[in-house]
Amino acid sequence: MHPRLFGWGAIALLALCSTASCARLSSKPPTAPGQAETSSKGRLATVLSRGKLVCGVSGELPGFSFLGKDGKYQGLDVDICRAVASAIFDNPQAVEFRNLNAKERFTALQSGEVDILSRNTTYTMSRDTSVGLEFAPIVFYDGQGIMVKKASGIKSLAELQDKAICIQTGTTTEQNLTDRMRQRGLSYTPVVFEDVNTTFATYSEGRCEGVTGDRSQLVSRRSTLPKPDDHIILPEVLSKEPLAPAIASGDPGWGDIVRWTIYALIEAEEMKLTAKTVTQQSTNPDPTVRRLLGLEGDLGKGLGLPNDFALRIIKHVGNYGEIYDRNLGAKTPLKLPRGQNQLWNQGGLLYSPPFR
Amino acid sequence: MKNPPASAPPPAIDRSPVRWLRQNLFNTWYNGILTLILGGFILQVFVAGLTWIATKARWAVISENLPLLLVGRYPAEQSWRLWLVLLLAIGLPVSIWGGKRRRSPGVGWIYAFCAMIGISWLLGGGFGLVPVENSLWNGLLLTLLAASLSTVLAFPLGVLLALGRQSSLPILRIACTIYIELVRGLPLIGILFMAQFLLPLLLPGDWRLDRLARAIAGLILFNAAYLAETVRGGLQSLPRGQIEAAKVLGLSAPLRLWLIVLPQAIRMVIPAIVGQFISLFKDTSLLALFALAELTGIARSVLAQPDFIGRYAEVYLFIGLIYWIVCFTLSQVSRQLEVRD
Repeated sequence: MHPRLFGWGAIALLALCSTASCARLSSKPPTAPGQAETSSKGRLATVLSRGKLVCGVSGELPGFSFLGKDGKYQGLDVDICRAVASAIFDNPQAVEFRNLNAKERFTALQSGEVDILSRNTTYTMSRDTSVGLEFAPIVFYDGQGIMVKKASGIKSLAELQDKAICIQTGTTTEQNLTDRMRQRGLSYTPVVFEDVNTTFATYSEGRCEGVTGDRSQLVSRRSTLPKPDDHIILPEVLSKEPLAPAIASGDPGWGDIVRWTIYALIEAEEMKLTAKTVTQQSTNPDPTVRRLLGLEGDLGKGLGLPNDFALRIIKHVGNYGEIYDRNLGAKTPLKLPRGQNQLWNQGGLLYSPPFR
Repeated sequence: MKNPPASAPPPAIDRSPVRWLRQNLFNTWYNGILTLILGGFILQVFVAGLTWIATKARWAVISENLPLLLVGRYPAEQSWRLWLVLLLAIGLPVSIWGGKRRRSPGVGWIYAFCAMIGISWLLGGGFGLVPVENSLWNGLLLTLLAASLSTVLAFPLGVLLALGRQSSLPILRIACTIYIELVRGLPLIGILFMAQFLLPLLLPGDWRLDRLARAIAGLILFNAAYLAETVRGGLQSLPRGQIEAAKVLGLSAPLRLWLIVLPQAIRMVIPAIVGQFISLFKDTSLLALFALAELTGIARSVLAQPDFIGRYAEVYLFIGLIYWIVCFTLSQVSRQLEVRD
């Protein structure tokens, strides 16, 4: 075989195909048109010119973000994005959801691939100060909890003295439990597993009196047990896991929009405005309601949005309580009690600054 | 004593199952015990599996999410386009084989070219059709698409690498050899991570590939190296006389390659290429790690529906069945191609 023949043939084909493949790859749609102008004109302008919001979610977390049977995204994290889209476009469907895994979520935000990260992300100091992102208000107060069998009669942490507790190893869960039990001078038998499925299977078999994990995780796991109603989650919370949406830092205007969208959801629940009733408020004399809904004053202007932005949000996605009930509440298979996610005046932590 | 007649018929072979059992499974006492133990074990697993499938499993998670698993979020009112795509794709091997039969392979290639343009138009829309973004192509649709697109696009690159590795120009040869050996020595998952996170840094600033394109680029880079080795096998199996005869006829170097060498070399390695496509098809499940909603990815998303939490077994069994059906069909088709060739 003449070797030179291969050389020339290869060079000719190489030139041909590299142009072909370049054309092919570059013809893929860019992630977000007009990304280059982001820094100068602000994220809101980018979103408006694109005609939709791009929102990073997990897509694999029950109650927070997942694909429904109809192929539409659902969940608490998802509804936060829909609320922002409603404020901007008066259309909760004007959102494109991107599934992100835990590793790439912050990169996606920094590179501008997504406008908002709404992916059950715990708000911590190191994340706020080091990775170049800015957190919006907390939308879900999670925390580590303990699940026990109802029949055992255990009602508080103290009653777990000298009992076996199933734990998943290598997580902060194990450390938190040890710390809390030491603080109270309680001894217990840890039964440690590598795998989360084994942890819960062992608890289900009855080898441990209790099992520990994030409360939202305990609740979703409880629904997979043979008799979910036979198990209760103790009221004690062992650690703080506040979940909040995040945006890239360096765009205060965009941060204001996301922040006040979330506050509007909370404020609406406090004022008892629901998706149904919010459109019938035009004659409501209450000045706080009138200001929130843009019937009076100029609150939207400061955000670069119409004054009725809060009306749009509540009309389309409802208030915070409605979102919670729809995705996590008693009517869903998750049946997660509100707990700390109540309004401040009902014993919870949700508090919105005033709209004025 | 009477001698048997010289023309005795051959002894009748007893083919009854009882005899077969006795000869093969119970021929000694220890084989008998082994047979009983293993047989009992297999029977128990089988019965337990069937009982689970028939009574304990809740198949609603599959039946209610079937469209989602197959075509993902592709708009339901546009699904007729997918049926057309399927039709065009089935026509592909048929037309190539038919063209070969009638001694006019050109017809097959022209059809293949038109079909590809047709498929991308039908999928993506535009030019009169409602545009459908690629983030809505999920499930089995995306799996098939990623596997076939990366094989088709890796093919030219693989052929070039194979030719380059045999070249007499040292730089070209060394470069191709290094690339092939480097990629073949790395796990696919590593290359996918590189494509996901390094590729955006290497490309010029205003070039932005979306995540699907980056993943497919990773699959192409990986697949090309393996294809190169397969094609090299084909090239080396070609008798020298073929090229010498072509030279005698006065064909130029590119023509020799295009008309004589490549068609024969590639035909010889078609079964190996199909085998590689099958393994690539299964490897696309790794894309789920990059949150792309291909078959495995969408299964994970379906498992997050509050109604079906914990139904892992049903969902993974079902998508396993889909992977198997597709791979088995492909290997059967490729066997047919070999027979008819």
